[in-house]
Amino acid sequence: MTVLGGIGFTAPWMLLALLALPILWLILRAVPPAPIRRRFPGVALLLGLSDDESVSDRTPWWLLLLRMLAVAALIIGLAGPILNPQEEQTQGTGPLLIVLDGSWAGATRWPQQTEALEAQLTRAARAGRTVGFLALTRPEAPAFQSADAWRSRLAGFDPAPWQPAPADIDRAIEIADTLGGFDTLWFSDGLAYAGRDAMLDALQGKGSVEVYQTGADVLALAPATYEDGAITLTVKRALAGAERSVTITAQGRDPAGNIRVLASVPATFDAGSTQASAALSLPAELRARITRFDIAGQRSAGATTLVDDALRRREVGLIAGRENREGLELLSPLHYIEQALAPAADLIEGGIGDVLPANPDVIVLADIATLSEAEQAPLIDWIEAGGMLVRFAGPRIAASDISRDTEDPLMPVRLRAGGRSVGGAMSWGAPKTLDSFRESSPFYGLEIPQDVTVSAQVVAQPDPTLAERVIASLSDGTPLVTRKQVGQGQIVLFHVTATAEWSTLPLSGLFVQMMERLAISSSSAGIEASDLQGTTWTPLRVMDGFGTLSDAGTLPGVDGADLMAAPAGPDLQPGVYASGDRRIARNVVVADTTLTPAAWPADVPVRGLDVADEQPLAGWLLSLSILLLLADVIASLSLSGRLLKHSNAAGLILAALIYAPTQADAQADDSFALNATAEMTLAYVITGNASVDEMSDAGLRGLSDTLYFRTSVEPANPIGVDLERDELAFFPMLYWPITPDQPRPSDAAYRKLNDYLRSGGMILFDTRDANIAGFGAASPNGRKLQDLAAPLDIPPLEPLPADHVLTRTFYLLQDFPGRHSGRDLWVEASPPDAEQVEGMPFRNLNDGVSPVVIGGNDWAAAWAVSSNGAPMVPIGRGFAGERQRELAYRFGVNLVMHVLTGNYKSDQVHVPALLDRLGQ
Amino acid sequence: MGDHEFVREREWQIAQSVMLWVDQGASMRFASTPALEQKGDRARLIGLALAILLQRGGERVGLTGSALPPRSGRPQILRLAEALCQDDAADYAPPEHRAMIPHARAVFISDFMGDLAGVTTALTKAADRGVRGVLYHVLDPSEEAFPFTGRTIFESVGGTLRHETLKANDLKDRYLERLAARKAELRQLCALTGWQYGLHHTDSTAQSALLWLYAALDTRSGGTA
Repeated sequence: MTVLGGIGFTAPWMLLALLALPILWLILRAVPPAPIRRRFPGVALLLGLSDDESVSDRTPWWLLLLRMLAVAALIIGLAGPILNPQEEQTQGTGPLLIVLDGSWAGATRWPQQTEALEAQLTRAARAGRTVGFLALTRPEAPAFQSADAWRSRLAGFDPAPWQPAPADIDRAIEIADTLGGFDTLWFSDGLAYAGRDAMLDALQGKGSVEVYQTGADVLALAPATYEDGAITLTVKRALAGAERSVTITAQGRDPAGNIRVLASVPATFDAGSTQASAALSLPAELRARITRFDIAGQRSAGATTLVDDALRRREVGLIAGRENREGLELLSPLHYIEQALAPAADLIEGGIGDVLPANPDVIVLADIATLSEAEQAPLIDWIEAGGMLVRFAGPRIAASDISRDTEDPLMPVRLRAGGRSVGGAMSWGAPKTLDSFRESSPFYGLEIPQDVTVSAQVVAQPDPTLAERVIASLSDGTPLVTRKQVGQGQIVLFHVTATAEWSTLPLSGLFVQMMERLAISSSSAGIEASDLQGTTWTPLRVMDGFGTLSDAGTLPGVDGADLMAAPAGPDLQPGVYASGDRRIARNVVVADTTLTPAAWPADVPVRGLDVADEQPLAGWLLSLSILLLLADVIASLSLSGRLLKHSNAAGLILAALIYAPTQADAQADDSFALNATAEMTLAYVITGNASVDEMSDAGLRGLSDTLYFRTSVEPANPIGVDLERDELAFFPMLYWPITPDQPRPSDAAYRKLNDYLRSGGMILFDTRDANIAGFGAASPNGRKLQDLAAPLDIPPLEPLPADHVLTRTFYLLQDFPGRHSGRDLWVEASPPDAEQVEGMPFRNLNDGVSPVVIGGNDWAAAWAVSSNGAPMVPIGRGFAGERQRELAYRFGVNLVMHVLTGNYKSDQVHVPALLDRLGQ
Repeated sequence: MGDHEFVREREWQIAQSVMLWVDQGASMRFASTPALEQKGDRARLIGLALAILLQRGGERVGLTGSALPPRSGRPQILRLAEALCQDDAADYAPPEHRAMIPHARAVFISDFMGDLAGVTTALTKAADRGVRGVLYHVLDPSEEAFPFTGRTIFESVGGTLRHETLKANDLKDRYLERLAARKAELRQLCALTGWQYGLHHTDSTAQSALLWLYAALDTRSGGTA
């Protein structure tokens, strides 16, 4: 590529064609635009008129200039100009090997690296070199192809969430040895790892090596630890440089289930240090929801640390004695404990037999004195396995003799007989307040409010072991809360009640804090490697190089001992691992990882990733030449007077219309809803059979007209409903004619139908064949109805009883004919105990509207009217047929009135009028 | 006794002969846009309509020349229509002036773009015989306005004449001058011979032309004819 005046040209010999431009000028000058020929009778008058001398027979100069510019732009464009040309750095013609470190350290700068790779591939394509890729984290023999083929596959490269292992380096060196001579471009991530020098030597033996490395720092986040209720986070960096501050964000699910940033904390690197730490204190409920910590602005697996023990909330089992205080919640022993623990833990209530198998973390016994043997033994096993038992005293413990002579296995101390009552009517002294907590107590540091007083409690026997078991005491030294360790768990006894009878402790915030302190200190914090020996862990979710979690699929399990100790690799991918009920998070960076920056020997050129964009101008120039040629066409037309002729004007207008902006699509969705809800509409289900649908539409139209004329219901035109697409909730009633070849609605449509029925809609099923004896196999329509209605949520049905409200909602009817005049109509079954009240001519059957009405009399045909109001379908014969049609209309009116008014006509108010009409 | 003598004055009524000539040359087969009628069609329309009106009025109509002398009666109209449908091959047809009946009337409808010598001969001959008439000049609006620009080659409809120009809009003024001179010449000729001159553009209605022509034929110039 030659560079002329700051612009590089890939085919500079094309510029020689510019020499031909003056010759082109001379040729074009002599060729004027063609004249237009006209038929004109008045030419007889024109004979002998001569033109003005100044008008020349040549092309005007500006037209010539336009044409010359077009041709010049074409020539220069074909010469391939490039703005900001890159000077060739490695001049070479052999194959090119691009080596990528491909570890998580380069993930943050991955887009820049991809751009730099593209620029290198473009240059290699221009120089005609074949390119091969070798990723050190996943070494495979490279396939050398032309650079253009690789350009489309660049997007398939992803960083791996581990560093190249020594085994990977050895494999890569083997692969490099098998290839012939090549030049290398090494895109390094900036971190040093074992074997890098050996790889560099092997590559230098094959040809020249150039290194591309970002100048930015590599940041990593060590796993979070809990200390004293605050989460400690450590950030590491590779280059110890100037002071720098980063933000660490904690992500988790909010109550709605969306992943959100729950908290963020800044961490500052001092100048010259490679480590920074930050402490994050959060309320327990937020802490329980955190799933991962990220460094803001860094998108790599090393800058993310997963949190595992917050994936499950603590389970607390609450057991109280028999509660015979119905409705007196504040006196319930568990009320205050529930209030204290509910936000932060899952609560289980029941008896010991129910609670223990759920394996909770904590069990709270509120004033339970004795436990049976069968309950004690599993409880003790559970405590020894690491559970915490919290007991509250109360009148029952005070009245029992548990733990008086010898220490009960489920009590931390021996208790003195009786109790102690202070500050009551029959005692000395005032209620006691709490003493501040000792250092060894788990409550150390909690502030004691002034209004916490204790007026009664059970008292511990002074024993040699008492002093070390007390974790809270009153101001006069009396132990208030005692604790003893049993195996891996502990038993804690509060010497007061869990209610506010003996003390005001449960009423205060101190109570909640104390519960928190106790609960946290019993949750499993660090799991040592010895715990994991012999277990196998399967990955649930794995992290890719960018730090995004994805489902692990069918990756193989990992031995427990390797899970924490072995370095990350393709067979131990970082992520969340599960074994049984436990979850452990394996992160890329562990607490003792150090990041060392990569150092290159002096003879290897190291360059940054930023590339000044090469701007190829060929496209612009060719477009310019086309535009100029178009302008030339227009100019020539205007010169010969043809531009504004009628046909051309039409063409111009057409061209202008092509570029007119398209209008936004009309909102089709709302129009259906607006149509359906602007006025009351009756709806029918579209069956796909055109004649049946037409009949349904005409029938409902006839019914709508009848309603309009005779009642105050004024429906609009009926609407056909497609069950799959349309919303059903707009319609009070659906008319569903059954044909044997109807499509069966999809599951989503059935869900919609069930919702419709549940929310008060009514479906009128019409099998149209008057043969509904038992609905069964007797007719194809009946079978189809059974098939269609099977997934619907239909209550039990019965044939219409003679005093159903449908018989009297508007007209008094006993027959419900349509085109046929069968008698059977099925509606929702009335409750079996519906009785006829004396004096009422009917029973009070169901409240509300029957969700389905099933019949077979083909009502749509009876109701159908054509567009000029005449009935469409002949019914019966003669006057009797018209009477039947009239009854069909009356049934339709009754039905719609029933749908709209429900059980209105079953009200007592109507009885006198009804009796009148019935002639009684 | 009353020897009153009453003299009944009667007008001498005799059918007038009207001779038509419609230019059927190639120059009349021209319309500047497809929306307008061709000059020749318009001329024929006007001529035939005039003939029908005159025939209804009782006059005798016919063509100049010996092919169709004026006769009365309905079949004459049909013959006239047949004769008018024929096309002349010449580019600019001179007026037919032979066999003019003395003291009859004549109507010449043409665009008069050709040589005026023929028109002069015809009118002088007519004037010798005492024939009075109307010269009706039919023009296309583009011939009146000359709306052409740019490099153009003008050709006559029959192809005999040709004129090339590099800048048509420059010619416009001079062309319009020449057109006005021709019209003036025609008017002069009519004034000398006692004929009348009328101008019609094809974008106005044929009805207006007919009205004018009928009124023009009605006029007795210089006393009773």
